[in-house]
Amino acid sequence: MAAPEKSPLLLIPDRQVGFIGYGAYVPRYRLPGSAVSHIWRFGESGSPVKEKAVAGLDEDVITMSIEAARNALARAGIPARELRAVWVGSESHPYAVKPSGTVVAEALGASSSISAGDWQFACKAGTEAIVAAMGLVGSGMGRYALAIGMDTAQGKPGDALEYTAGSGGAAYIVGPADEALAVIEAAYSFVSDTPDFWRRQEQKYPEHGQRFTGDPAYFKHIQAAAETLLRETRTTPADYRYAVFHQPNPKFPQRAGKALGFNDEQIKDGLLVPVIGNTYAGAALIGLTAVLDIAQPGDRVLVTSFGSGAGSDAFALRVTDAILERRGKARSTADYITRRTEIDYGTYVRFRGKLAMR
Amino acid sequence: MEIPRHWRINPQRYELIGEECPHCKIKIFPPRDVCPNCGGEAKEEYTFSGRGEVYSFTTLYDGPAGFEEMTPYTVALVKLEEGPVVTAQLTDLGSTGVEIGMPVEMVTRRIRSDGDERGMLIYGYKFRPVGFTTAK
Repeated sequence: MAAPEKSPLLLIPDRQVGFIGYGAYVPRYRLPGSAVSHIWRFGESGSPVKEKAVAGLDEDVITMSIEAARNALARAGIPARELRAVWVGSESHPYAVKPSGTVVAEALGASSSISAGDWQFACKAGTEAIVAAMGLVGSGMGRYALAIGMDTAQGKPGDALEYTAGSGGAAYIVGPADEALAVIEAAYSFVSDTPDFWRRQEQKYPEHGQRFTGDPAYFKHIQAAAETLLRETRTTPADYRYAVFHQPNPKFPQRAGKALGFNDEQIKDGLLVPVIGNTYAGAALIGLTAVLDIAQPGDRVLVTSFGSGAGSDAFALRVTDAILERRGKARSTADYITRRTEIDYGTYVRFRGKLAMR
Repeated sequence: MEIPRHWRINPQRYELIGEECPHCKIKIFPPRDVCPNCGGEAKEEYTFSGRGEVYSFTTLYDGPAGFEEMTPYTVALVKLEEGPVVTAQLTDLGSTGVEIGMPVEMVTRRIRSDGDERGMLIYGYKFRPVGFTTAK
């Protein structure tokens, strides 16, 4: 395939950029879907996932971002002081007002001469931060930028989302393409005002807009973003070894992938929702870490996020030789998934702060 | 409110930054600017690896103010590989039993909230079992 021409739609910076490091984080606790069904449906209802990852009592988006970012720095092989941005995308920032980014930056040992802040766009807050990092690095304003998608996802007790709303995510360091383990060949963002899912200020749990969830939200935006990226880069699904989509449940990404022309083989390695749940802003990004853990130089990867409200960011990546020596420098995503302690619904209620103590 | 007291020690709490004595080269934690070994001035920053082992431990069922909602939890004396012994909570134990000599690594976690749910969140080091690594 020839290098993509400068399409007016594609996001391609003047200086080509890529991921020079990546890192995943999944907390160790797992709540089986059957435990939710047992409490709310007499165990008669099936669960869309086997289990979901649950953050411990002392974990939140800040602590989980710190660990994922330390893994990303270890793979990138750069000191934290060389970062010029620390951006955290999430819909569960611990503070309503006070940035997660500054705490993460200080814990990593980043300098004070950075841009640090928090991004919010439901489940695509993390990829939104990556697009911004592409701009910062691609314009030459900074050499390295850290972008994170991480969530301790909320789901109302008894709601369909409670089966899947999980905890976890991933961190990426964007840098010059010649240092990258995966070059970003092009990106594309597609958004519209769609009322499929929201959480109002000071509300604990999100609401979803019934029929808006599927076709008018997830499928419309994922397909528009991925189709446009494929068309404008003059690539077809057959050019990609792997495809990763936002994964609120196992069915949606499989159906979206199929509609776009991808097969199960291309999708399965990045599909983590059955074993960790839907990690919201972390979901597509941690799926990509599992792919990078096994990808070979030259492999192409298509990644498409989805955030309610609504929009999708799609990325066309090409894995480089650097993947081989860098991926072993931090724990793999499989290491985190294998580290597992099953908990019951009562423990989950306590860990996630659903018990009123006063 | 103890905001300045926490803020002042962010680097040591978030990253395990201590000091190295320029005279006798021992590593110092927490930082105290005077070497406890040779008595010389010691102000050179040193970032600890975070690796160590459990020197001793105990489990608290009745936590002090600010830690009530975390109980029961295990506190250990952790001997860092560079020498100093630090007191910290162990975390992510799951069903793992704690033993003296058990290798542990530092993680940055939420320690507590300063006061009620309106208060500042305090983050800092805890240690967890190393067990699941395959990183080279």
